[in-house]
Amino acid sequence: MSEAVEEALESAPKPTRDLSELVAVVEALIFVADEPITTKLIADVLGEDKQAIEAALEQLRQEYEARESGLQIREIAGGWQIATRTEFHEEVRRFLRTRPSAKLSLAALETLAVIAYKQPATVPEILEIRGVQSASAIKTLLDKRLIVAKGRKETVGRPMQYGTSKDFLIQFGLKDLTELPSIEDFEDLVS
Amino acid sequence: MSTPEPDTYSFDFYKEKAEIVAESADELRIKIGEFAGPLDLLLFLIRQEQANIFDIPIARITDEYLRFIRMMKSLDIAVAADFLVMASTLIEIKSKMLLPRDPNAPVEGEDEDDPRQELVDRLLEYEKYKSAAQMLYEKTTLEQAVFPRGKIESDDGNAEIAATVFDLLTVFQKIVARHAEEVKLEIHREEISLADMIKDLRRRILETGEVSLLAFFEEMHSKRELVTAFIAALEIVRTETVKLVQKKTFGDVILRKV
Repeated sequence: MSEAVEEALESAPKPTRDLSELVAVVEALIFVADEPITTKLIADVLGEDKQAIEAALEQLRQEYEARESGLQIREIAGGWQIATRTEFHEEVRRFLRTRPSAKLSLAALETLAVIAYKQPATVPEILEIRGVQSASAIKTLLDKRLIVAKGRKETVGRPMQYGTSKDFLIQFGLKDLTELPSIEDFEDLVS
Repeated sequence: MSTPEPDTYSFDFYKEKAEIVAESADELRIKIGEFAGPLDLLLFLIRQEQANIFDIPIARITDEYLRFIRMMKSLDIAVAADFLVMASTLIEIKSKMLLPRDPNAPVEGEDEDDPRQELVDRLLEYEKYKSAAQMLYEKTTLEQAVFPRGKIESDDGNAEIAATVFDLLTVFQKIVARHAEEVKLEIHREEISLADMIKDLRRRILETGEVSLLAFFEEMHSKRELVTAFIAALEIVRTETVKLVQKKTFGDVILRKV
């Protein structure tokens, strides 16, 4: 990827685009990218500065909204993506002939929540909070690539540490981890 | 009795018969609802008793908890060890509370040494993550209604892109390993130069259209020749109109004329 970017940088013409041109070319790049594309990458490829790209992205998003498009421009997992609007999920699914993928079990969801908030989290730390062994839940999450191993903790027994993956952000529709509500916010709900 | 709690818990386990839906090593699904562990069960029982979490009627809750464990046993469910650990914790707290207070103990804050305190803290901490899990569930449900564009051909499964230097190295290592096993009579032969090797490889690619790297390396007689062949392959891909194609992961790599 970096090589491609370097080449693009060399050949990129001096930025002479006005906003509407920039909006159009940004849209083209987001369309062809096979995963969320970062603002920085767009800026590098186009030889424009980040602020100009940010303005174009904002403009693009508003355009989609204004014409009530079936698509939306959204920020996810640190990048930008074109995707369908939620309203049309039934029709899209009928066309794709897919069903919503299998739901995670309560145990897996809880384990994921602990890892998301405590990361990097070890098995004993998860046991401490959940009060139950979570080995099969962790395996499920690893298989689904929602969590990744993050090395061993330098403590007794050197337990493996886990953290959430990029797929986690994508599957849960998050820009980044800071978008998760603070764990303390759930305290109010509890009492 | 029936409080307007979440649907999954709208089961009256005094009357209805529980039924196993699924079980695995650390999770248990019964028709009464799904309990993701002993803390989850305990929270459910406290709610069902409409008890205050900060003032748990420990005797009653312990009885309910044990009753539940017994029911699990009667259903022939292997009760997970963690559920039993909680049962013993509850019994311990219950018995501590039955003991009269030491009259000589210095009178401090009232609930200074409430034996339930640690359990309450754990329950509150757990409940936060339970709510977080619920939030994640909602997020992923919502996200499943959004579709990015379909994959295009170049995205993956493209063999030309899929073969990396590591794939090349893997093929190379396989050959080296195979050579190591063979004990051969050492025959001194003229070493072939890199230039000749490239020339030879180029000629063969032009003639046949494609050359299997595995077969090409196979022909080499010594480590030195193998290394020369490997460099020749790298060189020819870099300088000529030749592509590396790998049909499947860890499979053979083929040099193909463009």
